Amino acid sequence: MLSFIALASVLLVSLASQSEAIWVYTGWDRHALVGSEVRLSCSFFSWRWLSDDVTFSWSYKPDNARSSISIFHYAGGQPYVDNKGPFRDRLEFVGNPQKRDGSILIRNLDYNDNGTFTCDAKNPPDIVGRPSSVRLLVFDKVPVRAGVITGAIIGSVLGLVILIVAIYFLMRFLVARRVLNLSVSKMEKGKKGKGKEGSQQRQMWSLFSPRGPGPVRHPRPVQ
Amino acid sequence: MLLLLLGIVLLHIAALVLLCVSTIVSTWVETSGSSADLWLNCSTTNGGSHCDPANTSEWIQAVQATMILSVIFSVISLFLFFCQLFTLQKGGRFFFTGIFQILASLFVMSGATIYTVKSADWVPEAASYGYAYILAWVAFPIALISGFIYIILRKRE
Repeated sequence: MLSFIALASVLLVSLASQSEAIWVYTGWDRHALVGSEVRLSCSFFSWRWLSDDVTFSWSYKPDNARSSISIFHYAGGQPYVDNKGPFRDRLEFVGNPQKRDGSILIRNLDYNDNGTFTCDAKNPPDIVGRPSSVRLLVFDKVPVRAGVITGAIIGSVLGLVILIVAIYFLMRFLVARRVLNLSVSKMEKGKKGKGKEGSQQRQMWSLFSPRGPGPVRHPRPVQ
Repeated sequence: MLLLLLGIVLLHIAALVLLCVSTIVSTWVETSGSSADLWLNCSTTNGGSHCDPANTSEWIQAVQATMILSVIFSVISLFLFFCQLFTLQKGGRFFFTGIFQILASLFVMSGATIYTVKSADWVPEAASYGYAYILAWVAFPIALISGFIYIILRKRE
């Protein structure tokens, strides 16, 4: 019994400390054209209410470098952008900390901006968590992803074929029904005109009508 | 009559097999030491062979799409042939079957044509066309003839 209580309390404590972790989300990678701008988004999830001391920091590690430099920091309600490093005058804070959003905007991209951007968010007292990274890839023209055009062509051609076949069958059905209605109305006129043939017409009509009680098998004698 | 039917079905299956092989096998262009097709570029360097996914330009994706569509249409046409064999009235023509088979042949022709015209972009100068490419061009007239036979064939008894 005592061991059970000990085990339960250990589990509860570990769960509680897990739930104290902060989860930071960024994208996985971003593709952008040379000369354009890109928005790197960063948001977090925390079990605590948003504190006034929430902080965001972004750091940048170029592709073939071994260490990263810090390029952005938000603390105490104030954003501090890079004013000496590779992103001076190109970085802008476009996030909304009240909505847990710490996104930055980088303008006028260049090939040297290829690299990994890491966002770290802290929401005191919830400070234990892993920073999240997004890779930036700068192209001179955005490549088409494999399989997109293939799938589009296959899908559109098959859709067109199915549409044409459906229209063909619909037209056949409609024309057949129109022919049926015409013949039925002709027979009705015949029924009104010649009363002698009435019973025979009625029998033939029940043979043709699709909603009737079914074809009449045994003929009725004409009076 | 049965012999004729068997011959037609064999022709259709031959066209289908050629289309499948040409779409799947990896030798549209060959150089000494590497081969490439619609899906992979494989090269044998000293020791082993190493395959990269193909260049993702728009035209090679169009060729992939047309080859897959031609295989699909040929399969649908074979299926429709067996359906129409049992449901068509005497004297009727295998119209749908022929239409789908002709569509399949047109797609394989357009795929092979696009590949021929645009292959300068992604094929090195010293490469020669491999057997899968030739099979694609052979499959086109076979499928076309098969489709026309279906259209002029009339169902008997």
